[in-house]
Amino acid sequence: MEEPNLSYIHSMSGGDTNFEQKLIAIIKQEFPKEKAIYYENYNAGNFKMTADNVHKLKHKISILGLEKSYGIAVAFENNLLEGKTELSEAFEAILNNMTNYLTTL
Amino acid sequence: MNCIIIDDEATARAIVVQLCSNVKRLNVLADFSDAIQSIKFLNQNEVDLIFLDIHMPDFTGFDFIQTLKNPPKIILTTSDPKFAIDAFEYECIIDYLVKPILLPRFEKAVTKAEKTDLATVVNKTTKDEKEVATSGDVLYVNIDRRLIKIEIPSIYLIEAKGDYILIKTEDKNYTVHSTLKKIEDKLPHTIFLKVHRSYVINIQKIIDIEDNSVLIKKDVIPVSRSNRPELMKRLNLL
Repeated sequence: MEEPNLSYIHSMSGGDTNFEQKLIAIIKQEFPKEKAIYYENYNAGNFKMTADNVHKLKHKISILGLEKSYGIAVAFENNLLEGKTELSEAFEAILNNMTNYLTTL
Repeated sequence: MNCIIIDDEATARAIVVQLCSNVKRLNVLADFSDAIQSIKFLNQNEVDLIFLDIHMPDFTGFDFIQTLKNPPKIILTTSDPKFAIDAFEYECIIDYLVKPILLPRFEKAVTKAEKTDLATVVNKTTKDEKEVATSGDVLYVNIDRRLIKIEIPSIYLIEAKGDYILIKTEDKNYTVHSTLKKIEDKLPHTIFLKVHRSYVINIQKIIDIEDNSVLIKKDVIPVSRSNRPELMKRLNLL
């Protein structure tokens, strides 16, 4: 699985390490909530709402430089909008990957 | 330029604030996690530019724009490039940034906003206030300075949406800068009836009525208590 990284955050911070730390803190605070809502809706079979949650999570996937994972998230979001759950395992593996990475920051 | 940021995602707001700090001409007045909160602020402050997320729960960026009578310049921010075509429907939308936003692309959008003279566009739109005109079974609506013909019998529902109305027909929906009262006056009263302060319906298109609502196509429309007697009177009851 591809490794998350901070390339995007570094590129847009202009070397402002205070901002980098602030942004990482926001992500660490917001991501678990978004992930919990995703699981709640997915487990309840609310696939339209789950698609919205995946849509929102896509931004954090891209912020952490996960390009291939972003492609999986796009495809999974489309599947959900069609009422299909294919790629759910792959998507959840991405969430786990991000969770593990964020604990190291 | 005074700007505000509207995005339900805190991470996205923090990023746009940081991007703005790199462009000295921008002054961030406030940021909001939902569009409704920002409406009061917009009424009390002079805002030149809004960075607006499209995909927000309950009230999308496009819903928000439709509530603004004289919208300032707007730069859309989204994770989804598929809404770009919809953005062309709105003259106040200057640019469309796909997340994650990079500084060079952000600066380009801001420069474009600075060069755009929205006043000209807005004045033209205001002059087009005679937005609905009828002729026989046909209604003309003014959308983006084009008069578009709608067959009146094909209309099944009209919904008030802030300063706009949403006209639903068999084939297509139209968002027009007008009021429910104005269009109601243009439609034949034998067929169309206001059943709620936000809805006018074509009574010939009703599928069923249950308690305080009617089903038209797939839309369940509330019927207010005061309008229910008139609705029942108009129906060909057995």
